[in-house]
Amino acid sequence: MSKFESWGRYPRLEANVVPLSWTTDFPLPNPPATKILPVGAGRSYGDVCLLDHGTLLKTRGMDRLQSFEPATGILRCEAGVTFAEILDFAVPRGFFLPVTPGTKYVTVGGAIANDIHGKNHHFAGTVGRHVQRLELVRSDGARFECSPTENADWFSATVGGMGLTGLISWAEIRLRPIVSRKIQYRGTKFTGIDEFIALSKAARAEYTVAWIDCVATGKNFARGIFMQGDHSQLPEPLTRSKQPWLTLPLDLPEFVLNKFSIGLFNALYYKKQFGKEKTGLVDYEPFFYPLDSLLEWNRMYGKSGLVQFQCVLPWEADQQMGIVKILKAITASGLASFLAVIKVFGDIASPGMLSFPAPGITLALDFPIRREATFDLLDRLAHITLEHGGRMYPAKDARMTAEQFQSFYPQWQAFARYIDPAFDSAFWQRVTARG
Amino acid sequence: MASARQQLPSRVLVLGATSAIAGGVMRPLAEQGASFFLAARNPDKLKAVASDLLTRGASSVFVQMIDLDDTSLHPELLETARTKLGTIELALIAHGVLGDQEKAQADYATTEAILRTNFLSTVSLVTWLANYFESTRQGVLAVISSVAGDRGRKSNYVYGASKGALNVFLDGVRNRIDRSGVQVLTIKPGFVATPMTAHLPQNGLFAHPAVVGKGILKAIAKRKDIVYVPPIWALIMLIIRTIPRSIFKKLNL
Repeated sequence: MSKFESWGRYPRLEANVVPLSWTTDFPLPNPPATKILPVGAGRSYGDVCLLDHGTLLKTRGMDRLQSFEPATGILRCEAGVTFAEILDFAVPRGFFLPVTPGTKYVTVGGAIANDIHGKNHHFAGTVGRHVQRLELVRSDGARFECSPTENADWFSATVGGMGLTGLISWAEIRLRPIVSRKIQYRGTKFTGIDEFIALSKAARAEYTVAWIDCVATGKNFARGIFMQGDHSQLPEPLTRSKQPWLTLPLDLPEFVLNKFSIGLFNALYYKKQFGKEKTGLVDYEPFFYPLDSLLEWNRMYGKSGLVQFQCVLPWEADQQMGIVKILKAITASGLASFLAVIKVFGDIASPGMLSFPAPGITLALDFPIRREATFDLLDRLAHITLEHGGRMYPAKDARMTAEQFQSFYPQWQAFARYIDPAFDSAFWQRVTARG
Repeated sequence: MASARQQLPSRVLVLGATSAIAGGVMRPLAEQGASFFLAARNPDKLKAVASDLLTRGASSVFVQMIDLDDTSLHPELLETARTKLGTIELALIAHGVLGDQEKAQADYATTEAILRTNFLSTVSLVTWLANYFESTRQGVLAVISSVAGDRGRKSNYVYGASKGALNVFLDGVRNRIDRSGVQVLTIKPGFVATPMTAHLPQNGLFAHPAVVGKGILKAIAKRKDIVYVPPIWALIMLIIRTIPRSIFKKLNL
């Protein structure tokens, strides 16, 4: 038994880790006595990729490409290939990921299992919409291909299915063409949710997201920078990214991140951009993956780890009271971190039964774990989310209750029929209250 | 770096082609359009590796399913590879087993099997390849050995002996054919995160096969004789080798 940590490093659960190197390695020749769960790069924050005293199938060794069709942009690869590896392959050939989260160190299997979204959600929907086909391997040895038209119910259960429906062994993803590494960027300062919504609605860019200050109060409440970008149309050499070399070498002590240091960081970050507007060409790496250049940045939160909170709240009739209430609860707590982002999701339907994104406003941020204070706050935030008809994101959660989950995702029982009988996860145990 | 790249071989024979370290060496070569002849035991895995290399840009990939323990098959295999590739510019020998030290201590048959795979079958391949390269007065003969061959340790001396013997053999071969323009490269990886080591507790010293592969290609481009990958292992093994025997024999290594 060894500890396998998710990105939040909370909770910490023992599990037996079995690496898979080939798509034929599963089912295991000697099936374990415990339940099993596939895990990719372990970049989800909470416990969707954990299983207490279970067997984790680590898929990173399944890292081979199978085929690429430049005419259509369709890449077929094993599930342990990371988005970083896809970019290394695709960018020099003039292609880019159809959808990417805020880190490129996720695997294809993990991205599909959590039906991840990105800054272009209003444009492209979730990653599942760009998955043409995948192979699902069940613990009884059955292997079958799923697509939106073939075994469509299995496809829909597996996309966003948190790894519970079986092992995704390979997938076909439709990449999109680019002519440059650069992003035509525009940053606009705003104050208040109304101004953020107005900017989001007026924006025509493919990528939009805003950084928001969750510490500032009074006249600075809900200030932030609205960022938009499009792939540059000016052809430029398509080189491969350099490998990052900077690793956070140790766990910082817990006291380093507090409301004063974060308040200072936020003020500096806000003021770094002098004028109301800033435009320019930037490389895609800092635009999409600002934190990836510091490897193991999660150690900044110290040994106790961090929790994320991400919710989406639907549009409300007149004012967005829900999101304002959430922001007020966060600023009042003094627990916020500087890594807070807010974005308007578009109307494109998510393909997975349990996919998280839905039309409305999504807010995501980290909290250092200060035990009861943090957990009480998360519970308050979950309540407000529920009151306003929203939902929370399993891939970023370590705390939602069974009652909360089942209200957020009333379709959970229909999904449960597709779970592989040998599979389970700490998350699923928690939110179906058997744990 | 650009000049080093141009020197990289483009007709490549890989024995034990499903090894993770071999993958780290082959992928950058595939990106540059190399041709491959791959030999390994498992047909499904061979096919997966071949597709990966072709997708990344390999000009052509030939595969041959074979159990390399059977040395009687070697000459025909190598002849076929030469015919398919035209010229073999790089031969990478990457097959091997870690073996079970405890079982080997108790049972000579286990020890013999480890020596057969890691040492004798490699000697058979190198014998043919050394003569081939010597006669064509070109080529790179790169063999994956191990840091474990630098000094016998109680935790894995059977594996270590198979690699240590291999190192001596390669030293001799190099001494013979280097003057014919052939590079003989002894590769000594430290801990690499591969299926072979998956059962061991992983720590910060475990390197990704891609990193190890790049280190090997750099050593080929620089025409090195011996390379420790990652380079930190040169220092670690220097220390290990320097420990006086009177102390070493009491250590738990």
